[in-house]
Amino acid sequence: MSDKVLMKGNEAIAEAAIAAGCVYFFGYPITPQTEVAEYMARRLPKVGGLCLQAESEVAAINMLMGASAAGTRAMTSSSSPGISLKSEGISYIAGCDLPCLIVNVQRGGPGLGGIQPSQQDYYQATRGVGHGDLRLIVLAPSSVQEMASLTAEAFDLADTYRMPAMLLADGALGQMMEPVDFSAFPKRDLPPKDWATNGTKGARKKNIVNSLFIEPDKLEQSILTRYERYKKVEAEEVRYEEVMTEDADIVLVAFGITARIAKSAIAEARKAGVKAGLLRPITLWPFPKKRLCELADTAKAFVSVEMSMGQMVDDVRLAVNGKRPVSFFGRTGGMIPSVEEVTAEILNVSASL
Amino acid sequence: MTTRFIFAGSGGQGIQFSGKQMAKTGMHVGLNVTFLPSYGPEMRGGTSNCTVVISDGEIGSPSVSSPDILVAMNLPSFDKFEPKVAPGGILFCDSTLVNKKSERDDIRAVYVPATGLASDNGLTGFANVILLGVILKVTGIFEFKDFEDYLLSNIPASKTALIEKNKAALELGYAYPVE
Repeated sequence: MSDKVLMKGNEAIAEAAIAAGCVYFFGYPITPQTEVAEYMARRLPKVGGLCLQAESEVAAINMLMGASAAGTRAMTSSSSPGISLKSEGISYIAGCDLPCLIVNVQRGGPGLGGIQPSQQDYYQATRGVGHGDLRLIVLAPSSVQEMASLTAEAFDLADTYRMPAMLLADGALGQMMEPVDFSAFPKRDLPPKDWATNGTKGARKKNIVNSLFIEPDKLEQSILTRYERYKKVEAEEVRYEEVMTEDADIVLVAFGITARIAKSAIAEARKAGVKAGLLRPITLWPFPKKRLCELADTAKAFVSVEMSMGQMVDDVRLAVNGKRPVSFFGRTGGMIPSVEEVTAEILNVSASL
Repeated sequence: MTTRFIFAGSGGQGIQFSGKQMAKTGMHVGLNVTFLPSYGPEMRGGTSNCTVVISDGEIGSPSVSSPDILVAMNLPSFDKFEPKVAPGGILFCDSTLVNKKSERDDIRAVYVPATGLASDNGLTGFANVILLGVILKVTGIFEFKDFEDYLLSNIPASKTALIEKNKAALELGYAYPVE
């Protein structure tokens, strides 16, 4: 496919995953991401893969752990309440150093919440998905094109660093249609999966994939080794986009669908004479804290714009480290902030400087 | 130039189809487009709406609070969205199903009895396509031929009747004498 196709975000994830060589999909339906599984069910068997609707989210994540331990490229997809159910398995996957892709097309919470788009799982994705010292690489697409390109990238990052990656989208990105071009995804050189438990064929020593270390010194050592890799991810894989930050007095920080609204709002604010700019984190972990800290030398204030009660704003504060005021603006529960209200907030903050 | 549409009506009127067709044609002629459907309680019966943005520049927000063009195919949609049309915008209204007129003087309102026209012309179920014809005529956003070609090319060649009806409905709308 070299021409652009008009596609739903959820379908773009599935098509990009297949193009990236994903052969196993394990899932359980939940709005607003069910099209991922539908698309996989239709297409994966035709390319020699397998799409399995598990009996529950818990089953799906453990199937993913098995497929990944066997060295195959595999994924699961769900939406917020489903990710909570999967979180035990995600912790085990992290503890076993297994690469795989977990997609969260977020909806409103807590509890069953609603089915409209939200960004309320930022803490969960970047801090607390499962117990223990662990990180996920978290990628936040902002267009249907990125739903595709970051899916492909997430698989490669996971394999490179031998850790799970999460694509953190939302219901609007999952449901909306935009033109997508599948022709130009860069490929990385990936390390061999010589740790995979895929049969010794009598030719090598057996591999063991395990997250249980009864002796604390051994567990500590396994965590320290893992954190060496995390350090490398933080040094080399931070990604973000900047829009009109060079001369900006007010820098908005927003990811995903909210970043697009912020982009429209900074253009409106500039029409009203306020120099606004945007930093859009593409990786939520690792977070672009160094760049934000640099921007605090020139910008006068930061506003984190989110579809939640304010979660990423904590990371913005940590990055800015008291150099400048950081405030929050958002809607929650499935409401999408309008360009008008974000513009009004920029003007408010500007007036208060 | 950016044009923001909201298509709204009842489930089954082809609201999502209309929006998708507008977006697909935009992509086809090389513009940036977004299509955002409603997927909430609406799609489980009741009202249905979708938002389409077509632009020659980068599209920021795919969600729209005040559309440049509103297509209202039932009364609840008229009541909900008519006050939100941007000043200078255009309201297209299926006047067979909406027995109300806009009282605003800062927008243009185009009333077309699309559902009535459809049933009078053996085109029941194609009121949405009639309205698409009217929109093309009034806004000039796309060449009629581009839109028609793309609309028809999406229908399998085996479905001759469907091709004919879409064609007839689009032409009927395009030729409709708008005040």
